[in-house]
Amino acid sequence: MSHILERSTGAVGNPAQGVHGIDPRVRIVVMAAFAVVVVALDDFVLLGIAVVLALAMAIIAHLPVAITLRRVVAMDAFVVFMLAMLPFTVPGEEMFRIGPFVATWEGLWRAIAIALKANAVVLALLALVGSMEAVTLGHALRHLRVPESIVHLLFFTVRYVEVLGDEYRRLRLAMRARAFRPRSNMHTWRSVGYLLGMLLVHSLERSERVLAAMKCRGYSGRLYTLDTFQLGRTDMVFAGAGFAVMSALVWAQFA
Amino acid sequence: MTTPLFRLNDVCYAYEPHRPVLNNVNLILAPGERLAVRGGNGAGKTTLLHLMVGLLKPVSGTVVAFGKARHTEADFREVRARAGLLFQDPDDQLFCPTVAEDVAFGPLNLGKSRDETRTIVERTLASLGLDGFEDRITHKLSGGEKRLVSLATVLAMDPDVLLLDEPTNALDEQAEARLLEILLGLPQAMVIICHDNRFRDSLANRSVVLKDGDIATL
Repeated sequence: MSHILERSTGAVGNPAQGVHGIDPRVRIVVMAAFAVVVVALDDFVLLGIAVVLALAMAIIAHLPVAITLRRVVAMDAFVVFMLAMLPFTVPGEEMFRIGPFVATWEGLWRAIAIALKANAVVLALLALVGSMEAVTLGHALRHLRVPESIVHLLFFTVRYVEVLGDEYRRLRLAMRARAFRPRSNMHTWRSVGYLLGMLLVHSLERSERVLAAMKCRGYSGRLYTLDTFQLGRTDMVFAGAGFAVMSALVWAQFA
Repeated sequence: MTTPLFRLNDVCYAYEPHRPVLNNVNLILAPGERLAVRGGNGAGKTTLLHLMVGLLKPVSGTVVAFGKARHTEADFREVRARAGLLFQDPDDQLFCPTVAEDVAFGPLNLGKSRDETRTIVERTLASLGLDGFEDRITHKLSGGEKRLVSLATVLAMDPDVLLLDEPTNALDEQAEARLLEILLGLPQAMVIICHDNRFRDSLANRSVVLKDGDIATL
């Protein structure tokens, strides 16, 4: 998650172009609805349409190809084992067998369906939400009535993940400067333990100082935002089109 | 004589019992004063500033700020709005993703409207020569820029007193000279903690030393 946030802080693509011009709240809502619809679909034709739709959104959003591919593959790596196991665990008609283990056609189809769903959802997520600046995402979530503490968590993660990373690199450098080379021995494990422990202590102390600094500027539990969002015509058209397409998908699946 | 901005009466503070950092400290800050507090590492300089704005509460003694004795958290809320504390590490102070949001944080907390706040943000940044910094990402600023932006976040609240905790920390010569010039042009009374003799002597018009938990005038 952190590298998605990190990279998205520098706006990707032209902000006035394609999906970037659409109200962030609309993008989040459409994205959430799309995920629910896609998960509910079973028909392969409809799933194929969903993947094509997600691809189209990715193209309209001008997602950088290399980075996007890397992220999609990272997600696929998560599910690949489950997909490989499915043909062996779902009962049905035999496809082939490895020793005592029987692979079934039903299992294979189930695995393909899940792979299509996962990729469609991730692509759409990257296109609609991943292309947003983390700050904008936070504010949009706040306007959508997501609990303030979760939004604060997002803000502070975005702000301090880099500071923490720097601290880690500094400590790590200081270790190397004293000829530390990681090996698989007790000394290495203990030193890495100290390193992580020290990071934890530093972060805790920093969080206390940050809170003190916030109190000095009148913080009393609420974060106010400067941004205001306004729904325009393009937003309504995008939302309308999105819901029309999704309704059609649901109708085709269940009617 | 005009009422002092701050008056510390016999203030004691200890992080660990039996090892007091401050022992019956008495200190007065008058309007227009730029008071340098000197002292070695661990002498309690930062502790002193934190006591003044109520981030720490004295074990005994009282803090009188702007003519009123302050005891509770609610008392100190007003003090913090009028006495701006600049932290040692700007990374502690700049917690918002963008510069504009960070500078806006104080005024919004003080109940200013969004439009008023935007004006304040623009004016404050411009007064420090930081025009166009609004949408910069705070953690990507250089050390000198971070320092000036953190000063902007404090000045945006329009304080009567500035409490500066090692403002020249990790600044290069050029950034330091710029900061000095800016601070010399500000009307606020100040308490300055600084290890840099030249900087301190150019800025301060009174000096005290914190030693063994007590304050001595120079």
